[in-house]
Amino acid sequence: MNFERIKEKLNILADAAKYDVSCSSSGSKRANKNKGLGDSSGMGICHTYTEDGRCVSLLKILLTNHCIFDCAYCVTRKSNDIKRAAFKVQEVVDLTINFYRRNYIEGLFLSSGIFKNADYTMERLVAVAKKLREEENFNGYIHLKSIPGASDELMREAGLYADRLSVNIEIPSEKGLKLLAPDKKREDFIKPMQKVKNEIIQYKSEKKLIKSTPVYAPAGQSTQMIIGASGETDAEIMYTSAYFYKQFKMKRVYYSGYIPISYDERLPSIGTEVPMMRENRLYQTDWLLRFYGFDIRELLNKEHPNLETDIDPKLSWALRNLEHFPVDINKADRRMLARIPGIGMRSVHKIIQARRYRKLNWEHLKAIGISINRAQYFLICDSATFETKDRTAAQLKSLIIGTSGSKWRGAYSNQLNLFGSNAPLTTS
Amino acid sequence: MGMIDQYIYDGTFEGFLSAVFEVYERKPLVVKIVSERIATENFFDEEHTIYTDQVKADRVWKGIQTKIGKKAGDWIYRAFLSEKPDRERVLLRIIKKGFLGHRVTEDYADVDVLRLSNLVKMVGREKHRMDAFVRFKLTKDNVYFAEIEPDFDTLPLNAIHFKNRYADQKWLIYDRCRHYGVYYDLHKISYVKLEVSKDINTSEAAPFYFTHDEMHYQDLWKNYFKSTNIPSRKNMRLHLQHVPRRYWKYLSEKQP
Repeated sequence: MNFERIKEKLNILADAAKYDVSCSSSGSKRANKNKGLGDSSGMGICHTYTEDGRCVSLLKILLTNHCIFDCAYCVTRKSNDIKRAAFKVQEVVDLTINFYRRNYIEGLFLSSGIFKNADYTMERLVAVAKKLREEENFNGYIHLKSIPGASDELMREAGLYADRLSVNIEIPSEKGLKLLAPDKKREDFIKPMQKVKNEIIQYKSEKKLIKSTPVYAPAGQSTQMIIGASGETDAEIMYTSAYFYKQFKMKRVYYSGYIPISYDERLPSIGTEVPMMRENRLYQTDWLLRFYGFDIRELLNKEHPNLETDIDPKLSWALRNLEHFPVDINKADRRMLARIPGIGMRSVHKIIQARRYRKLNWEHLKAIGISINRAQYFLICDSATFETKDRTAAQLKSLIIGTSGSKWRGAYSNQLNLFGSNAPLTTS
Repeated sequence: MGMIDQYIYDGTFEGFLSAVFEVYERKPLVVKIVSERIATENFFDEEHTIYTDQVKADRVWKGIQTKIGKKAGDWIYRAFLSEKPDRERVLLRIIKKGFLGHRVTEDYADVDVLRLSNLVKMVGREKHRMDAFVRFKLTKDNVYFAEIEPDFDTLPLNAIHFKNRYADQKWLIYDRCRHYGVYYDLHKISYVKLEVSKDINTSEAAPFYFTHDEMHYQDLWKNYFKSTNIPSRKNMRLHLQHVPRRYWKYLSEKQP
């Protein structure tokens, strides 16, 4: 192996792939077989973290950054004057295996610029996965990008070797896509998603009848949207997200704050701050939908098209719906417990188990690990002391913000200073 | 002041279980189970040496698994690996409560259960970190070698994980704090007592121990780590929360 040349390619093609935020390596059931290499049946593992705090679980690279498209938001766009490179199939296989054997990674996340056409590109991605599985007996995790417009046959084959497949819709709305990626069509993204969804359904029904049915994309499919590049509201983003979860049975939708990489006037200019707090609030909303039993319409709607930035979306919902509180911790069902601000699903689970043995009081709740600071105004328990004052939502909010150490607080005090007063920050 | 019986055992899990057996056998009024590594002579306590007895240990272990439950057994073992000074006291109380029918993996409002679940969580987190932070280097003998210094004695748990994962390569993971390792020879894992010279990590000695390609792969990995970073999102606080400095020593991507 020519290590110097590989190093150069790796630098270019890892740098170009890093804007894809997914790094999940969980959810597959591929166990080690025939004493081969690797196992991805357990939980995902982050082998290290970048200095921006993102998990590094997979070798995330492009096969090539040559691309025939010119999407404004993409660093690999045709018109961008950057160094281009391309890996050979065998080079990716060797890198993956050697990194995996040293326990650097859980597997490979392979994407690509589109060269020649969709099928030609997809064919090469599939060739890498096939080689890893069939020649190297590799049972680690493989995430392949579905190339928009790739044929059904190739998508079928991809799922036989990959654990996860994904197509990034990138721009949450059709009008945004038209503006920023005029050569791309929404149908081209949807087609491979639809195919993968159908294959997974078919696999599940055939598996019941024939045990030896070859496994198809066991970790499902995911997608990603860029946040803050094309002017959508939080509601537009999250309704799109809810649609993809429902329509295509997505395992995950990722939100990626736009990182300015271009002087194109259709986009936020270079130097604009990455909307990390907004991204965080969207993820919290996503979690509320997937694990806490919330409906998107409760969190975002015509009256509230954007999330509040200074408090989390669950607290925000609670303050708008004070008639549901206080909740009796010793009686309420799982659904209502999950809606109390400051109580996560792990605590809900512990509360339900622990209250079978005794009535819980503040001491117990503190020991279980709930955030008393936020929760105290929304619950009653087996104690004589309670929050009895009838406060308005605005009073509660300022009380809670005043006592909590949010990680965004620094960002907030700056914004407040801009207005030169101590007036509470109002959000639209 | 009343006499306290001190049961001193060898620090192994089997030894601890043997001590628990003796507690049920001899029924002392007040008892403290103490590892010989920690035991100090105490004028007021009466010391008893407990000999590790595989048969007695097995009986207690079986009892725990059938009467208290498999999950409880797993928790007790993991909490033991924490090596925390209160582990024997907490675990003895848990075992006693468990044999009386108390649900020791559910009643989170009970002080001992809460402590147990916290110990299990701490050990689990450290085990998971070691699964992630082990960095193998290929030696000239064709063995993938790694060193660790975990906060708790997690290597027995990691060994199972690595055996499932690297079935087709020989590997050795060495715990430099506790001076033992686990070696996998393509068939089975075995525990080995050994001393590994400290110079193995120096760049002068590396070419003597490791293959030529090894240095190149470490270099590629370091480069990948750099290229995949997004400087405009830099957040060192979050980074350090995930990768605390004490683990950097053996992470190849963190070497200068």
